[in-house]
Amino acid sequence: MPPFGVVQNARKVFPASALGWRATEPLVALDDASFTFEQGEFVSLLGPSGCGKTTLLRIVAGLIPRTSGTVTIAGREVTGPYGDYGFVFQSPSLMPWRNVLDNVLFPMEVLKQRTKKAVTRANELLELVGLDGFARSRPHQLSGGMQQRVALCRALIHEPKLLLMDEPFGALDELTRLEMNDLLLKIRAETQASVLFVTHSISEAVYLADKVLVFSRRPARISIEIPVSLPAPRTQHSRFSPEFTAAEKKACEALGVLTAPASVKEQAA
Amino acid sequence: MTRATVEKIALPILGVVLVVALWYLACLVFKMPSSVLPTPLEVGQQIVARADLLWSEGLVTLAETVYGFLLALVLGIPIAILITSSRIINQMFYPLLVALQSVPKVALAPILLVWLGTGLESKLAIAWLVAFFPIIVDTIAGLRSTPKELLELAHSLQASRTQIFMKIQFPAALPFVITGAKVAVTLAVIGAVIGEFIGSSDGLGFLLLSAMSQINTPLAFAALFALSLLGIGVYLAVVLIEKLLAPWLPVAPPSH
Repeated sequence: MPPFGVVQNARKVFPASALGWRATEPLVALDDASFTFEQGEFVSLLGPSGCGKTTLLRIVAGLIPRTSGTVTIAGREVTGPYGDYGFVFQSPSLMPWRNVLDNVLFPMEVLKQRTKKAVTRANELLELVGLDGFARSRPHQLSGGMQQRVALCRALIHEPKLLLMDEPFGALDELTRLEMNDLLLKIRAETQASVLFVTHSISEAVYLADKVLVFSRRPARISIEIPVSLPAPRTQHSRFSPEFTAAEKKACEALGVLTAPASVKEQAA
Repeated sequence: MTRATVEKIALPILGVVLVVALWYLACLVFKMPSSVLPTPLEVGQQIVARADLLWSEGLVTLAETVYGFLLALVLGIPIAILITSSRIINQMFYPLLVALQSVPKVALAPILLVWLGTGLESKLAIAWLVAFFPIIVDTIAGLRSTPKELLELAHSLQASRTQIFMKIQFPAALPFVITGAKVAVTLAVIGAVIGEFIGSSDGLGFLLLSAMSQINTPLAFAALFALSLLGIGVYLAVVLIEKLLAPWLPVAPPSH
């Protein structure tokens, strides 16, 4: 049986624009990315900002067309948005005119499935993320971390098999971020969804993932695939295990972080 | 009541009292004839004595304002939707719209008067004309500034165009529409009064003009006072509608 998700030689070139104030060169945002993932697997896409990992995520979502290559999710080739995934953005992107519960139920409304069962499920999800009692609140009454939890519930409400997350905790402070990481692990254990998680935090990428894909600078390529096996269950203690440090070190090497002092020396010489 | 709320209520009242007192003082000190600058007392007496007249003329101006404003809403919002939803219509008409916006609408009043006569229609048309542009421009701005992520969310769920419009674009644009409406309703009052100045036999603008032609300055001031109340009243009505339609809006409205 083929893997749940297959990305093969995915490439994205933004065409040159002749219009506008100045002509631009064609931009290779993603150069030849290939990887696979299994049902229930957690994959972190790690790389410097603007390296095309977000582009890859949107290609997998079918939100932007790829220039070449193939993407297959659950045996179906992706040619456009297909609905069977939840998307979490960098900003919570809630609708200020809807209360928390109605925000979570938005996908069910679009899918014309806003049933009693869906409302029950929404309340369960809110309880799972620790927001029971906030169902009637307006988004602007919540903190950034709480808003992102609502966005998480919204992405999970239609019980997707795949969760696509685009630097969802990038805007949060460190402590909230750690909290959200644990919450995400809990949710993943409960839903058994596959997760593609874009981040530029090395420790976050390692802490969450079964597999970290490290991207090089533009044009983005996947430079290395790092399998992460931490002793289960993962808790904040896992961060201090030798396995964690080893995976972090590999990621740092792939990102060129560890060779930096050498180049500084060269410049000084 | 806390000290802050007492101050919030008391200080503006104090400000008004102070300005009226200065006005009174100026009348006494400079011995102004009442035909040039009536005292606050004279104006107050006029307001009380001619309350019936001010009320009935006020209703005329109010009707012109409200009808003109409503017509601007009813026509402006659908046209804005049409322009933002079709690239062809946008390219055909948006430049024209921007160009028309720079026409001094008030200068059209004499023409409208010839076309529509001295009745309600011409005043309504001028009020509509001045109120129309802020509404259409702000609605277009609102419809164009839908957060990209919300559109992506909708696309990811394969939402229909109608769903995207009804559930995302329009509610996201509503604060902009309301901002436009606030500007528009105050402009509509001005439009109605201009219309009355140019050709009318009733309304507060007409009353003001005819009072001045008889050098009845206190009555003109009374009409001015009624006009200000009318302006504040229609503005507050729009704010009230905003609170009902968009209670999620925090204190700061979108910048204009």
